[in-house]
Amino acid sequence: MCRDCGCSLGPAATRAPLAAPAGVAGKIETIEVITAILGENDRVAAHNRGHFDGHGVLALNLMSSPGAGKTALLEATIRALDGRLRVAVVEGDLATENDAQRIRACGVPAVQITTGNACHLDATMVHDALHDLPLAGLDVLFIENVGNLVCPASFDLGQHRNLTLLSVPEGDDKPAKYPVMFRAADLCLITKTDLLAYITEFTTARARDSLRQIGFGGETLELTSRGGEGFDAWLAWLDREVEAQRSRKRQGETARPKIQPEGAHAHAAGGRPHR
Amino acid sequence: MHELSVCQALIEQVERVARENDASRVVSIVISVGPLSGVEPQLLEHAYPLAAAGTIAEHATLTVETVPVRVRCRKCAAETVAEPNRIVCGACGDWQVDVTEGEEMLLRRVEIETEAAGVH
Repeated sequence: MCRDCGCSLGPAATRAPLAAPAGVAGKIETIEVITAILGENDRVAAHNRGHFDGHGVLALNLMSSPGAGKTALLEATIRALDGRLRVAVVEGDLATENDAQRIRACGVPAVQITTGNACHLDATMVHDALHDLPLAGLDVLFIENVGNLVCPASFDLGQHRNLTLLSVPEGDDKPAKYPVMFRAADLCLITKTDLLAYITEFTTARARDSLRQIGFGGETLELTSRGGEGFDAWLAWLDREVEAQRSRKRQGETARPKIQPEGAHAHAAGGRPHR
Repeated sequence: MHELSVCQALIEQVERVARENDASRVVSIVISVGPLSGVEPQLLEHAYPLAAAGTIAEHATLTVETVPVRVRCRKCAAETVAEPNRIVCGACGDWQVDVTEGEEMLLRRVEIETEAAGVH
C-alpha cells in the first residue's frame, strides 16, 4: 500500500546479505557520530519556523486518523472566527484537492499538498507549499497533516504546536494503541462529542485516563464542530496561542511542540548534526 | 510506515560522514532507535537495502540498537523502565514522570574503509 515502508518486499529478499565487493582492503575506521537521523528534515523545519516567526504567524500541525474531523474542525473554526483572525491552511492528502476546495469555500486561502503514496508531510513539502501562500498578514497557519496516527509524529514541519484529534467513534483507548502520536500532542481534541449519546462505549474519562497513561502532558478539550461550549473553549485556546505567538515575535522568541522525539534527545545527548 | 523515508535520510547522513572522512566504502552503520521515536526497527531493516542501493553504503551492515523507555518519577525519583503505552513510574505507579530515554532516532557510529596509502 505504502511506497515508504517497502513492505511489499518479502523478508527473504530484503534480508539476503549483499556480497561485499572484492578488492584491496583499506584501513577500517570507526566514526562516532551521534546525530539525528532526520537532521536534514529538522534543518528545513527550523527554516520554516523562522519564516513563521518572521511574520508572527502561529503554525499548528493537525494530526489524526483519517475521518476524525480535521477538515470539519477547520471549516467550523474559520466560520466561527468570521475574519477575526486571518487564517490559511495547508492541506495534506495522498490525492485530490477536495479538502483545499472545502477550505477555500470558507473564504480563506488553502494550498493542497498531494503526497502520492507518502504517508506523512515532511518539512520540505511544507516549505514548497509556503511558496504558494503569502504569510504576510496571517495570524494562523493550520497544517492539516495526512490522516495517519503513526508516521506524521516523527517529522517536524516547523510548527509551534501539535494538535491531535481523537474522535468519539474511534474508541477511548486510541491513545494506548497509538502512544507516540498522542504523546506528541500539545493539545488533544476529543471530537464528535455529539455522538457520545449514541456511542456509549466511549467515555471521555477513559480517554483522558488513556492519555495520562502514555505520559501526555498537554491540554484536552472536548468538542463537536457543530458548536457549543467545548467549541468556545477551543476558540479561546486558539486566541491564547495567537497572543502568545505575537508576544514571542515582540521578544524575538520561538516555540516548539513540547515533544519532539528525535531532536529533543539529540540535544540531550550533546549531539549535533555536524555539517 | 515511513521507514523508507527515514532510511533515505539515514543514507544522506552516512554519505556525508563518508565524504568528510574520505571513505571508499561504508562497512557498517549503527543506529539507536527508541520505542517512542515512531519507527519500527524491523521495518527499518527491511527498507534499508532499498535506500542504500547504489550508494557508498550499499554493502554496509545496519545494526539497529533498540533502547527501552526509561522514566524518572517526579514524585518518588525512582528511575524505571516503562511500556510505550504505559508511561508511569515502575516503583510507585504515578504518571507524573519524565522520559529520559526511548525517544531517540540517532545515527551513532559509521565504520568506514579508506584507501590504504600507496595502494594505487
